[in-house]
Amino acid sequence: MSRHRKLEVLVVGGGPAGIAAAVRAAEAGLQVGIVDDNPSVGGQIWRGEASKQSSSLSGEWFQRFSSNKIELFSGTRIFEIDSEHALAAENASGTYEFHYEKLVLATGARERFLPFPGWTLPNVVGVGALQALAKSGVPIKGRKVVIAGTGPLLLAVGAHLKEYGAEICLIAEQAPIGKLIRFGTALFRTPSKISEGIAFRRRLAGVPIVTNSWPVSVQGSCKLESVTMRSGNKKWQVRCDYLACGFHLVPNTELATLLGCKIEDGVVVVDSLQQTNRDSIYCAGEPTGVGGVELSLVEGEIAGFAIAGKIEAAQRLFPLRTKYRNFAERMERAFALNPKLRDAALPETFICRCEDVSLERLREHSSWRSAKLHTRCGMGPCQGRVCGPALQFLLGWAPESVRPPLSPVRVESLAASVED
Amino acid sequence: MSRHTYDVVIIGAGIIGAACALECARADLSVAVVEPTVIGGGATAAGMGHIVVMDDSEAQFTLTRYSRQLWIDLAPQFPPEIEYMQCGTMWVAADEDEMQEVRRKHAFYGARGVSTEVVDRNSLRQSEPNLRSGLAGGLLVPEDCVLYAPCAARYLLNQARERRCEFIEGVRVTDLQPEAVKLSSSALISCGAIVNAAGTWASELTPGIEVRKRKGHLVITDRHPGYVHHQLVELGYLKSAHSLTADSVAFNVQPRITGQLLIGSSRQFGAEHSEVDTDILRRMIQRACEYMPGLSKLSAIRTWTGFRAATPDKLPLIGKSPAHERLYLATGHEGLGITTSLATARLLVDQLLNRTPAIPIEPYLPTRSMEVAHA
Amino acid sequence: MRDLVQLTVNGTSLRVARGSTVAAAVVIAGRCGFRRSVTGDLRAPLCGMGICYECRVTINGVAQCRSCQIVCDDGMEVVTSE
Repeated sequence: MSRHRKLEVLVVGGGPAGIAAAVRAAEAGLQVGIVDDNPSVGGQIWRGEASKQSSSLSGEWFQRFSSNKIELFSGTRIFEIDSEHALAAENASGTYEFHYEKLVLATGARERFLPFPGWTLPNVVGVGALQALAKSGVPIKGRKVVIAGTGPLLLAVGAHLKEYGAEICLIAEQAPIGKLIRFGTALFRTPSKISEGIAFRRRLAGVPIVTNSWPVSVQGSCKLESVTMRSGNKKWQVRCDYLACGFHLVPNTELATLLGCKIEDGVVVVDSLQQTNRDSIYCAGEPTGVGGVELSLVEGEIAGFAIAGKIEAAQRLFPLRTKYRNFAERMERAFALNPKLRDAALPETFICRCEDVSLERLREHSSWRSAKLHTRCGMGPCQGRVCGPALQFLLGWAPESVRPPLSPVRVESLAASVED
Repeated sequence: MSRHTYDVVIIGAGIIGAACALECARADLSVAVVEPTVIGGGATAAGMGHIVVMDDSEAQFTLTRYSRQLWIDLAPQFPPEIEYMQCGTMWVAADEDEMQEVRRKHAFYGARGVSTEVVDRNSLRQSEPNLRSGLAGGLLVPEDCVLYAPCAARYLLNQARERRCEFIEGVRVTDLQPEAVKLSSSALISCGAIVNAAGTWASELTPGIEVRKRKGHLVITDRHPGYVHHQLVELGYLKSAHSLTADSVAFNVQPRITGQLLIGSSRQFGAEHSEVDTDILRRMIQRACEYMPGLSKLSAIRTWTGFRAATPDKLPLIGKSPAHERLYLATGHEGLGITTSLATARLLVDQLLNRTPAIPIEPYLPTRSMEVAHA
Repeated sequence: MRDLVQLTVNGTSLRVARGSTVAAAVVIAGRCGFRRSVTGDLRAPLCGMGICYECRVTINGVAQCRSCQIVCDDGMEVVTSE
């Protein structure tokens, strides 16, 4: 029997954007609920921070969160649409049917993984992933870590893991130094980011940082033992315990797509008040365009204010949003993926990890649809979330339409009827 | 020397079209297969890939038995992506009435040389421990098999292409002319014979074919190796497949080589849209959990629907069409497309070449009087 | 006095800090891998956020649970399938 919950505002996603939207809507007296897959609120970037008393940005927002009456449904995932204004969700003890008047999609983003030989070995993980795993209790003290991929996330995670006692052997950024210098000078327009960058750099004193560099292959028998890195024509091997490697974030737009929201270039299209083309549905944070925590917060606030009818309060945040969006755009240009990254995957490299499908088998097909049907790539439990972004970069294949369930659920959840 | 570009043009590269292409190529006929989307993209992609002998009628039995043997003969050559498994079918009896039906089937099959085994209450528990207790027993048909149909279709087509078969993809046949077919690209392909193997789209090109769409639902789970050993089907499935009007569900679960389970089955007439029907899905799952309670806790990865091409008398249309001089039909296979594809291809080429068929063809001829079989 | 949770991984008892995920417990228990892929490769968590499904283990008899999203509980029985 599915539990029935009626909410004035349903927020999907308990990261910064979701928290900000929920807080601003609750402050206006609306009845708000957050549904989030993770064990506790905070999303990815603020994972595990809710329990800490902190004077930082996250601490501020967690304070606001707990001082408002916001219903939290952790460990809960939306998996299908029940009807207009009703979504079905599942957690460990059963299912919910959430009825909402207004919906905020704050579903965040996931890392893009680019395949290379050995990437499926244990201890090859994403960048945000290693931080999340360390925060969740995976021992990192004294472990040798190579961080690779792209973006300021590498430095942020490097600094953080160093505090946990990890030995950061190397940070390898794929973008070339020229682009980064141009980005660095452009940072003058966002001074807070400069001090942030400098702080990271200080915390990473002594750690070799190379640019125009990425992993070529990973060696090991039952787990990662070493990684071969390249930079230009130079190749060298680094022995390590973990390789944290990720190439940008990919917005989680599956629920928005299922709801019929307009998606353009992989992001949800919203107006100045963060409303999608679908009546009553708002979107904030990474799904409207990846841009980091400050942008997610501002967008969440604007959505929350808009839903509460506080249009002026929302408009007062427009300049800040513009500032952070501009920063995000500069970041995107600076850290654009080097086309040579496509050469990292060899014909026998698995692209689909759920069904162990190699690149050469996929290349036999001329479309995602044909490849999926004949190799079963994308038919596994990740539903194409890992292989999809990789294939889009490697072969230019656009993702297919989304079907429910949005993630694997218990068979009984598909058959749940709603209590009266 | 043929005056046409191709001896045969086949419309549709589903399992039927692919099987016909290979049979034509083997018989030294030059053949082209026209497919607008992807190989095996229709019912072939949506169904369960169950190869099963059925005894709904003498004609259905003859066709399924003939075709199953052709699959068994071909199987040793299959590449691994076809996931062929001779797991057998276990027809499950819920009570003594159904056990009577089990014994009747056992006698029917025995008299016709198909090996089956009556399984009692205890043996059923032992061989399929995840079935609920209290079932009466079942009938094991050990030579039935399962496979992943889209890859089987692709394999058959590729085998054909190694001989004299051309694969024309990304275009649709728009028009049937006296000695040619016209494509959506405006190209004209001259041919000696045309085979409509377009499944649920067959009547678009050949109006008046008595083929209706019969919607089905399926669920696939995560890997649970060893949970189910045979394709498990309730005897009530036959009543479900039999009815021509009612929406119905029946317990039908298949193990895949990976350990994933396919959960079916449902039948609806008149449902045109391809979205999952939540009510039917719920009924289907509830029915499945009645037989196998533990299914409810397994992880379901995907759900989808498909359309079977159904005829009024539940037998496919294989042979010359009265609608057009050079047109042959190979469609209307309902839930037995995979099973009977190889035999369909044989019978079709038998007719093209005036060969003596291995089984009587009259029950499947498009020109037969379509007497509606009653439930 | 640290707050600890006691559970078993493949029959071996261990204690982990309260709030640790099952994935952390599996790593602490010394397992190289969590499960085998369809072709038999050893696999372990990739994304750390419940998206990749590489961290699946059996918890208290329920198969295919994403260990990176589940917090350890006293008495939990975790079984990996490598």
